[in-house]
Amino acid sequence: MEAGVTTLRDIIAEGRAVPEHRPWPRAVVGRETWQRAIGLLQAGRCTLLGLWGEKAFVHIALADEGCTELGVLSMACEGNNFPSVGQVHAPAIRLERAIRDLSGLEPESPVDTRVWLDHGKWPVRRPLGRMEPAAPAPEPYPFLPAEGESLHQIPVGPVHAGIIEPGHFRFTASGETIVRLEARLGYVHKGTESLMAGLPVERAAVLAGRVSGDSTVAYALAFARATEAAHDSSVPARALWLRALMAELERLANHFGDIGAVCNDAAFAMLHAHFGILREQVLRAADRCFGHRLMMDCIVPGGVRRDLTSNGAQTMSGLIEHVRKHFPELIELYDNTASLQDRTVGTGILSPALARQFGCGGYVGRASGRAFDARRMPGYAPYDRLQFEVPVLEEGDVDARLWIRIREVEQSLSIVDQILRELPPGPISQPLPPPPMQGVREGMALVEGFRGDVLVWVRIGADGTVERCHLRDPSWFQWPLLEAAIEGNIVADFPLCNKSFNCSYSGHDL
Amino acid sequence: MRRMLFKSLVHGPLTEAAPLRDDAALGELAAQVDRAARRRLGRTLALREVDAGSCNGCELEIHALNNVLYDLERFGMRFVASPRHADVLLVTGPVTTNMREALERTYQATPHPKWVVAVGDCARDGGVFSGSYACVGGVCAVLPVDLHIRGCPPSPTALLKGLLALLEHADRDVTAGAGDR
Repeated sequence: MEAGVTTLRDIIAEGRAVPEHRPWPRAVVGRETWQRAIGLLQAGRCTLLGLWGEKAFVHIALADEGCTELGVLSMACEGNNFPSVGQVHAPAIRLERAIRDLSGLEPESPVDTRVWLDHGKWPVRRPLGRMEPAAPAPEPYPFLPAEGESLHQIPVGPVHAGIIEPGHFRFTASGETIVRLEARLGYVHKGTESLMAGLPVERAAVLAGRVSGDSTVAYALAFARATEAAHDSSVPARALWLRALMAELERLANHFGDIGAVCNDAAFAMLHAHFGILREQVLRAADRCFGHRLMMDCIVPGGVRRDLTSNGAQTMSGLIEHVRKHFPELIELYDNTASLQDRTVGTGILSPALARQFGCGGYVGRASGRAFDARRMPGYAPYDRLQFEVPVLEEGDVDARLWIRIREVEQSLSIVDQILRELPPGPISQPLPPPPMQGVREGMALVEGFRGDVLVWVRIGADGTVERCHLRDPSWFQWPLLEAAIEGNIVADFPLCNKSFNCSYSGHDL
Repeated sequence: MRRMLFKSLVHGPLTEAAPLRDDAALGELAAQVDRAARRRLGRTLALREVDAGSCNGCELEIHALNNVLYDLERFGMRFVASPRHADVLLVTGPVTTNMREALERTYQATPHPKWVVAVGDCARDGGVFSGSYACVGGVCAVLPVDLHIRGCPPSPTALLKGLLALLEHADRDVTAGAGDR
């Protein structure tokens, strides 16, 4: 081990600090420091939180073990190049391919030179960098090879059999057993980050809330927190608690929907029907209290849009009481149905080592021993005042991912209870300081959505418009692991494994 | 499990009464749907959902149509796994350029007679994503659209109203057609 520089804090201190970046430090570093940071990742002493590009800069967001220290390192890309992170740290490979497609910055000697988000269908190239008209013919896209006797390929998608998002899966199978799965994503790339540039914060927030519809609360919250950090402005206590209420409702709705859907993929339709009712009841309660079933646009920079009335609080406690009554018998049924357990136990195992290396968040990480929850660490209000546990299991199979969700439902119910009991009075929003401001401001936020940690990084210009916003979905570090978890399973178990991960296509493709 | 099944038996269905069809949607359809084609379908429609770049919000609400409270199948409508089995394509999203070809090929794979329903504000005109290099902007820029169902996302009730209008319109035409003969 090298003497001296060993921690993220030391590495950040080596660079030139960017004072307008809040709440965690950002430093502009040279090549050598960048490479030392890569070394930390390679040694497993740091977790990759994000990697994104601009016209001439590449940024990397890192956290140390335990997520006590966070920071962003930025490097000027002379000659359009930067030392590849993916070369030694696999979780960065797809992020680098996306940087190449969007910003035009080139990782040096990359592991994978294929395009990722750019399928050759856009009218332009490098929309976030030095934009130019697209090449007339798209690059060919060879899938990774799998060689052996009597292997066959099964191409699936982008249009699937179910009501799900589009993506292409290339299975190579030996008989029924999957030897290799490779996903090709990018079909729902909407150019969200480009659209955000130049918009006032309020309008950019609407786009942030539509990065992944199932996590609209988490994204709106992360974007609001990042912009508030950038402005160094505070939010009224009541708004913070209402945001947490919405976030927990979103978690409940998604967990109910997905627990049922996993059972359905194991052909146990009865639980699917019952969980479907619970999900619908959560959405209707959200609609009555906040005016939108998915609570889209209910969290805005500066606070929340609508207060919880006393009627609303009653609706909420009625919902919690109802769920507490019906949830346990459904779980008992799951636990006591051997034919269902036969499908979920031991299926699609993700090793703790991989979950740790990829900094995999959410129930996928927690079912494989990674006890990370952004509500706890780095943490944000009001979760510091709420009692909750972060369930962790080691098994890493479909069953473990289901049990994590079951335990999280119980925790969320308790959190909602606490919020209803202790919701402070007062205003529900405080407007951000109006432009013009002195110079640019930068903010970052890490928020625990139902699927995992959502990262938002934003730079706001003096005129109050967004200069650059980067939104990183937890799925970036989960999609590759699905490919690992499915290896050696049968093709027929893919829907089950896929649903137990439930990665976002839209959140990833952006 | 027996206890739960028994409870369901005595409890009666949770399914709610059907909403009224959407008259605005009916008007839009009257102008666009071919009468002779509809005669062949009777009161049943096979739906195929195609996500052409949605944020997945619309998918969540389309999914909800299958839950016991909305129970879409009681109206003779059901979701099918392949466009080759479909009468109606429910298309969501602002049609990303990366999905355009897949959407066109899905449409081509759907046998005649067929309808296209554009679901959500993005599918109508690109919504908040209009103007992006990566979006075509609205399903009607790629396929002939018979019905728009608005909303971001449209609630299951709004979806049901629109789809009922489609069905009733088809049914009314069939009855009228029979009377002509």
